[in-house]
Amino acid sequence: MSSKVVTPDFSQFPDASGHFGPYGGRFVSETLIFALDELAAAYQRLRKDPAFQAEFDHDLAHYVGRPSPLYYAKRWSEEVGGARIFLKREDLNHTGAHKVNNTVGQALLAKYMGKKHVIAETGAGQHGVATATVAARLGMTCQVFMGEEDIQRQALNVYRMKLLGAEVISVKSGSRTLKDAMNEAMRNWVTNVDDTFYIIGTAAGPHPYPMLVRDFQSVIGREAREQCLAQNGRLPDALVACVGGGSNAIGLFHPFLNDEGVAMYGVEAGGHGVASGEHAAPLNDGIPGILHGNRTYLMQDEAGQIIETHSVSAGLDYPGVGPEHSWLKDMGRVNYVAIDDDEALAAFRKLTLVEGIMPALESAHAVAYAEKLAKTMSPEQHIVVNLSGRGDKDIHTVATLDGIGIE
Amino acid sequence: MSRLAALFASLKTQGRKALVPYIVAGDPEPSVTVSIMHELVRQGADIIELGVPFSDPMAEGPVIQLAHERALAHKVSLTMALAMVAEFRETDSKTAVVLMGYANPIERMGYGVFAERAAAAGVDGLLTVDMPPEEAEEPSRVLKAAGIDNIFLLAPTTDNTRIAKIAALASGYLYCVALKGVTGAGNLDISAVTQLLNNIKTHTDLPITVGFGIKDGASAAALAPLCAGVVVGSALIERLASADRSQGDSVWIPSVLSLIGEMRVAIDA
Repeated sequence: MSSKVVTPDFSQFPDASGHFGPYGGRFVSETLIFALDELAAAYQRLRKDPAFQAEFDHDLAHYVGRPSPLYYAKRWSEEVGGARIFLKREDLNHTGAHKVNNTVGQALLAKYMGKKHVIAETGAGQHGVATATVAARLGMTCQVFMGEEDIQRQALNVYRMKLLGAEVISVKSGSRTLKDAMNEAMRNWVTNVDDTFYIIGTAAGPHPYPMLVRDFQSVIGREAREQCLAQNGRLPDALVACVGGGSNAIGLFHPFLNDEGVAMYGVEAGGHGVASGEHAAPLNDGIPGILHGNRTYLMQDEAGQIIETHSVSAGLDYPGVGPEHSWLKDMGRVNYVAIDDDEALAAFRKLTLVEGIMPALESAHAVAYAEKLAKTMSPEQHIVVNLSGRGDKDIHTVATLDGIGIE
Repeated sequence: MSRLAALFASLKTQGRKALVPYIVAGDPEPSVTVSIMHELVRQGADIIELGVPFSDPMAEGPVIQLAHERALAHKVSLTMALAMVAEFRETDSKTAVVLMGYANPIERMGYGVFAERAAAAGVDGLLTVDMPPEEAEEPSRVLKAAGIDNIFLLAPTTDNTRIAKIAALASGYLYCVALKGVTGAGNLDISAVTQLLNNIKTHTDLPITVGFGIKDGASAAALAPLCAGVVVGSALIERLASADRSQGDSVWIPSVLSLIGEMRVAIDA
């Protein structure tokens, strides 16, 4: 790290125009500005509204099943032989991942704003399922945009969304994956801007999305902080979370940012290795630029075109990252590291065998890095890993890599 | 006076309206872009909006998305688009050229470098679709210093405070998006556009061009009396994409671009 910067109060960001230092902001065509203004104004009002907060807390407790446990992975910790490792069990949430914290919050915003139609983009389908789920519960119509490639790879989640009453729209433009699904959702929003609420799935996009997704996901970190104090009598030494767009990571990190003694590690998808160029690790190997409404680190070529990414985990396979992460990287507050496909797959098997917990391939990146980190630490030290989702959805991928066909 | 300012001043004294075709640099292939630009001028174009291809053209409908993809298949970059303008300028110093695109390729080049190279190539203005005025102060200052006009979009959803703010930052002209949607969308509602333009005119004296939803001579002629110029994009690009190119450039290009000639006649009538 270079010379010490004056540490800001991290709870005060973004600024009024949605900037985290040079990152974030609002880079969209003029037609959408009014909708973003309307959303920002509604959120500013509702985030302080006790009725709204009470309804959100109630839904998290009774519908999502919160608080999620902070589980001491004793056998795994002892086998690793370093720090004690705790798992924040977001995999136990309704629908199987942290994504639902955010969709419950945004759908509630939509309800309070009087919008009866929601749209979403999805890659692996987890955010799409989480959106279709809350739309079903609130009686809203729902359209999910999904790349044609991803629809073929994630047939089960496509069917789940249809069972939940959502319409899944196949996106055939560009690389036909998550980034193109997000482009198409934006295009749909611009056309139907008066009565549509766009539920973005990660802590990226134009202001106020990075802020409100972070706020809804911060329940993870608030709970983890209280649980560490209650169960261990102290704060952890390190936090580890995987970073695609970065919503589970910012949700865990944010309530700890002002705790100077807590180190943080965001784990990006190293794909075939960062040196290979075939990965999805913009914070390790990208350059700042503008995509999907915000300035942030991006995977891009010399001409400023966005390049295709690779990860075994569909949920991390995205060329950008939430703007707050870009800023936390530059500030040196969070360390951003990478775990490649093979390491993540090994961690997937390891945690399954040693703890009987099957992590999502996304979360397996965090598990793999936590093991490396724990080895450098002592048993008196504590690490909290965000187990952001369960691995059931990935069994097909893992079986295929094993050469086993599962119908 | 900038080429755009001079153009609109001259059109105004003649009582004529600007005809503004949009094409994507390198579509359908890079070797014909400059020939297409010259033919657009022969057919009556006053300003050419030259799209800079981008991998994620978020504000475009399917027709223009495909044009970006065709150009990118030939690896057309901002640098190449600037070279095309420079080549066009070798024999045309009169027609205004405005680059239209997305922020990231320009960010990657750097605004200072871009402004210098764009001015050297003979670019008159820049419209960055995803660069609203709140984010545009620094880029606008750099472009202004290089003599390049800043073109901004106004939408049916833009409120009066923003219209004033955008008009204060803009130069050359304002581009009014006639409907809520992406390029190439839907049908125009002339009375709604009339109301929109009348309101905008109370906030600015800048010339206003209108685009999105203009498909042919009739829709261009209906809108022209309300504004300073009309933009045609998707309808033109659809013809470029489906052209039968078997008989050579000297045949298919004028044939396809006769659409612009028809629109010229219609708006001058």
